[in-house]
Amino acid sequence: MNYKLAFEVERGDFETAGDASRKIKRTLQQLGISNKIIRKVSIAGYEGEMNLAIHSLGGTILLTVAEKEIDLTIEDRGPGIQDLSLAMTEGWSTAGDEARRMGFGAGMGLPNMQKNADHFQIDSKVGVGTKIAMKFFL
Amino acid sequence: MKLHRVKQLLNAVVLSGESHLDDEVQSGFGCDLMSDVLCFRTEDAILLTGLINRQVLNTVDIANMNSIIFVRDKIPSDEVIKMAQERDLLVMSTKYILFEACGILYANGLRGAYLK
Ligand SMILES: Nc1ncnc2c1ncn2[C@@H]1O[C@H](COP(=O)(O)OP(=O)(O)OP(=O)(O)O)[C@@H](O)[C@H]1O
Ligand SMILES: [Mg+2]
Repeated sequence: MNYKLAFEVERGDFETAGDASRKIKRTLQQLGISNKIIRKVSIAGYEGEMNLAIHSLGGTILLTVAEKEIDLTIEDRGPGIQDLSLAMTEGWSTAGDEARRMGFGAGMGLPNMQKNADHFQIDSKVGVGTKIAMKFFL
Repeated sequence: MKLHRVKQLLNAVVLSGESHLDDEVQSGFGCDLMSDVLCFRTEDAILLTGLINRQVLNTVDIANMNSIIFVRDKIPSDEVIKMAQERDLLVMSTKYILFEACGILYANGLRGAYLK
């Protein structure tokens, strides 16, 4: 049994940003996943969703719930990240004023996604986009 | 500590979710950086913050926190209050600044949420 859910996140759409992650949280609750894992997936999803709205040109979130793991893949249409090791450094951020006014731009999102996921893979190409693949073992 | 007591100590007004005043609160976190909040073990904690936008409500939902206190007399837009009501989330506002609000709660026994 594989359960799949996909969401589009638009650039700069701060009115609806967060809706996908909340939906993911509710779905996992309905599927009877443990609270501990739900919290990890929701936090990683929300950080990824906010990054799509703040930093990307728009992208998608794909949730797959399988028997032994949950996969969360977040992929965007650009602009890509020049220096991945810098982006993964706690405290490093290029967030602008609008994001900061909403409480984002601490430079903690990507490192926290990595901390919460059991498996974390980020790939990025400038001019193409960024793809983050995370696994959470059940 | 019951959230009733928090309301009393901070002389706070309730903007939504009044029925949760009987709930217990385990700890508190005071911050204007939402990604920082999400790095800590904040389940069932109160979030004290000076930010009043909808992402504060989302953060509290995602982190399983139990309530929000807006400091410095900040009141969010009607839209954000309505959103909190729809989500049945306890939201209060106090005249104290963040430093004082946290200090009052700490002095009365509430502890901080720690790194996971
Ligand atoms: N999808 C993305 N596309 C392009 N750049 C990105 C993307 N995600 C992150 N970045 C870059 O990596 C940096 C670090 O991201 P991270 O999520 O850790 O912090 P932040 O979003 O700046 O702040 P926070 O997440 O703490 O609110 C961002 O400031 C941005 O420069
Ligand atoms: Mg981020």
